[in-house]
Amino acid sequence: MSEFIEFSLLGLFSGGVYALIALGFVLIYKCTRVINFAIGEVMMLGAYFYYTANVIFGVSPLEAVVLALISISIFSLIFEYLVLRPLSGQPVVSVLMATIGLASIIHGMVEATWGSDTVNVPRPFPSMRLIFGDVLVPGSVVTNFAAAVVLIGLFSVFFRYSKTGVTLRATASDPVTAATLGIDIRYAQRLSWVLAGIVGTIAGVLISTASGLSPLLSAGALSVFAVIILGGLDSVLGAIVAALAVGWMESIVVGYVGGKARDVVPYLTVLGILMIRPYGLFGTRQIERL
Amino acid sequence: MLNCAVPQSCVGSGAIRIRVRTFQVLPEPKTIMQVARPGSQKVPPAQTPRPGSSIVADDIHLTFGGLSVLRGVSFSAPGGEISAFIGPNGAGKTSLFNTISGFYQPSTGRIRLDGEDITRLPAHARAGKGVARTFQNIALFRGLSVLDNIKLGGHHLMRADTISALLSAPWARREELALREELERRVIDFLEIDHIRHRPIESLSYGLQKRVELARALAMRPRVLLLDEPVAGMNREETEDMARFILDLHDEWAITILLIEHDMGLVMDLSSHVVVLSFGEVIARGSPAEVRSNPEVIRAYLGD
Amino acid sequence: MRIGVFHETYASEESLLDSQTQRAVFAVFLAAFLALPLYGSDYVLAMVCIVGIHLIAVIGLNIITGNTGLISLSQAAFMGVGCYSVAWAARWGIPFYFALPLAGALTALVGVLVGLPSLRVKGLYLAIATLAAQFILSFCFREWESVTGGVGGIRIPRAYLFGIELSGDRRLFYLIFSCVFLLGLLACNLSRTYVGRAFVAVRDRDISAEILGVNLLRAKLLAFAMGSFYAGVAGGLLGYFYGAVTPTYFDFGLSVFYLAAIIVGGLGSVLGSVLGAAFMTLVPEVLRVATDLARPWFPGLAGLLLPMGQVVFGVLIIGFLIFEPHGLAEIWARVRRAFVLWPAKT
Repeated sequence: MSEFIEFSLLGLFSGGVYALIALGFVLIYKCTRVINFAIGEVMMLGAYFYYTANVIFGVSPLEAVVLALISISIFSLIFEYLVLRPLSGQPVVSVLMATIGLASIIHGMVEATWGSDTVNVPRPFPSMRLIFGDVLVPGSVVTNFAAAVVLIGLFSVFFRYSKTGVTLRATASDPVTAATLGIDIRYAQRLSWVLAGIVGTIAGVLISTASGLSPLLSAGALSVFAVIILGGLDSVLGAIVAALAVGWMESIVVGYVGGKARDVVPYLTVLGILMIRPYGLFGTRQIERL
Repeated sequence: MLNCAVPQSCVGSGAIRIRVRTFQVLPEPKTIMQVARPGSQKVPPAQTPRPGSSIVADDIHLTFGGLSVLRGVSFSAPGGEISAFIGPNGAGKTSLFNTISGFYQPSTGRIRLDGEDITRLPAHARAGKGVARTFQNIALFRGLSVLDNIKLGGHHLMRADTISALLSAPWARREELALREELERRVIDFLEIDHIRHRPIESLSYGLQKRVELARALAMRPRVLLLDEPVAGMNREETEDMARFILDLHDEWAITILLIEHDMGLVMDLSSHVVVLSFGEVIARGSPAEVRSNPEVIRAYLGD
Repeated sequence: MRIGVFHETYASEESLLDSQTQRAVFAVFLAAFLALPLYGSDYVLAMVCIVGIHLIAVIGLNIITGNTGLISLSQAAFMGVGCYSVAWAARWGIPFYFALPLAGALTALVGVLVGLPSLRVKGLYLAIATLAAQFILSFCFREWESVTGGVGGIRIPRAYLFGIELSGDRRLFYLIFSCVFLLGLLACNLSRTYVGRAFVAVRDRDISAEILGVNLLRAKLLAFAMGSFYAGVAGGLLGYFYGAVTPTYFDFGLSVFYLAAIIVGGLGSVLGSVLGAAFMTLVPEVLRVATDLARPWFPGLAGLLLPMGQVVFGVLIIGFLIFEPHGLAEIWARVRRAFVLWPAKT
């Protein structure tokens, strides 16, 4: 029984980080209706910026995080301007492929600049271990979860109560009306990309402190697609619930069946969900007009 | 460009157009398979249009979530005649057509085509029963030429199986060419669109696109044709052309036409039976003259 | 230059090559191409064979995604299914002319299963379903050792025709390109049949298509079946060509490669598939040759080949999406149109 609890807790805690990554994706989708296949790569790039600032240039961890965030924001703005602006109005396939192209470019650039070896990065936040009876949750996992909770909390508050947050939500649900009301939708869309980059960077830094940094980091994001589908593409709450659920499920399966199954669990989940509840637990159903 | 398939005469020659009005129903065309393989018994013939198929709706209720779109709508469109559906915006006319097409399922009520209940039939099966329509906003396929769009109307008539068609087996090829020939003769020449057959849809004017959409619906060999605002957005000349075509259809094809229209002149001139909808209910029905002087109708349009 | 083509029957108007000149040019090209093994170098021949294999898979993907509008990210996994099927069929002594269609049929079955979610979802959600299928199939290739040999891979025995072993690129060239021509012809013919028209209708406005009598589910599943049949045959040919494969041959990266090929080449046309497959296969080669040539000045460049390739790949996709969304086929069509009136300009 305690084994089950241990697996469950581990799963839930690691689900926290999934939630963070999923949040970045949902942000972009909610605000711009763009499916971002490059979340993993953006995450990885942010982590590498952190690594560069901290390990190579010797900046303190917290400052390095800030520098990484700034760099990613600039990068997101450039991408939005060069690629997404010309492609606005094109069908879903095109933008999806553009983000795949972006993922490829980032991956290549990272490998070319920093090589493909795994490197270690120090934590920006202190680690704390948690002990529940016999169950030990490693410090890195707890820290990541705590950071994820804080961030998600901040974002939820931001979206609900701040003026910018409301602006973003308005742009997401109906860009045309938002524009007629005087909202600068270009600004809102740019902001959403920057925010997504920030969230992704933090997630990337958190993950890499736990398991090392290498170009393989981006592959971890693919299981986030299961989270997103389960939660519904445009629901923040859904992303959180789904992330915890998927994290828990993965941990249980790995614990009882074996490590290899970890890769395939998210995808079986996705297929199952698509057949039963295609729009996810909390997503909005899409209705077509004739 | 002249394109006359031997052995028929060049009706669509484009130089001098003489519109010959005939006042009898054209002889029933052979089914495509009969043209392709004369004397073949292997495949049952496709539906052929019968003069005057009646369509009856019986107490249709349609709701979306909490919104009641159609409430107890009943009508009986006489076979072979043109019936118009009018009413203020949002009255539910297009929703009624969508229900007849099979896109919406009514919560209660029945739709009967020549007495046969088609309410539970899926949308793609209704084509085989002879229900065709055009759309309020043009729903042509942009990736196909005009000719291919029209040929798609004949999709449900194709009897060759998938493999034969893919491999272009001789009988599949003959069926395809027979379809082409029939479309050229009955539909393309009738609607005078032979000069734009190979053009992409985007290059056509709005009026021509609507005509192509009508051609596509006619290619289905319909018994009932639903026209959803066929002259919306057209100028006077295009409206007159379309009215002429609808009248020709009524005279020369044995087909029942249901029409949604806001242009009162067109409704009065073309239709013999009018149904008035308002907020999802039928508030009047009858001949155009009766409906025009009905106080309920006047109130619905002009308000109290 | 060309004044016009006049047809006297509907049949001749709908034929695939519509003028004497086109037919003559095509015949000459075909003859020269089929003679390639006689005068081409080993390197050129190997490249051409690989392009041919990719071409079949790309044409299949174009049928699913270009013609029918169903985004599929699992074409590489389908190839894997075809390859492993051929490996087993060949081991049981089935000759290639049965093994390949059999592999195609089996892959088509898998394709239909993967396409079943299109019953409930479309667009992006379907794309993610195919993504999931790609990863699940990759997982099976890696783990199901009894069937696929696992990570170590599997060997494929050589193909035999009338006792002659089809080894070596020169002989495989004919095998591969007979398949290319047959399957390519089938794909070209698609636009003349009601099946092909229905596919495009499903892509453009599936609701209208349904009202016109197209059974949507059947059409979508048929598209998946066809496209994955092509992938299965391509996978089988890959097996005969390389002789041994591992699961990494059929990973997500290859699926993305094929998607890029149809975007770069042009969605929905066989010519687009040809141009896209050739272009995408040759770009890494050109890069490799370029880095080799630049070695005296930039010796370290060779190590960066793989990541550089990825960057170029991404830039190409984005570049074509922004500047030429209809792909190379559209560029070619524009060139041809310019020549219709040449030397006059308008």
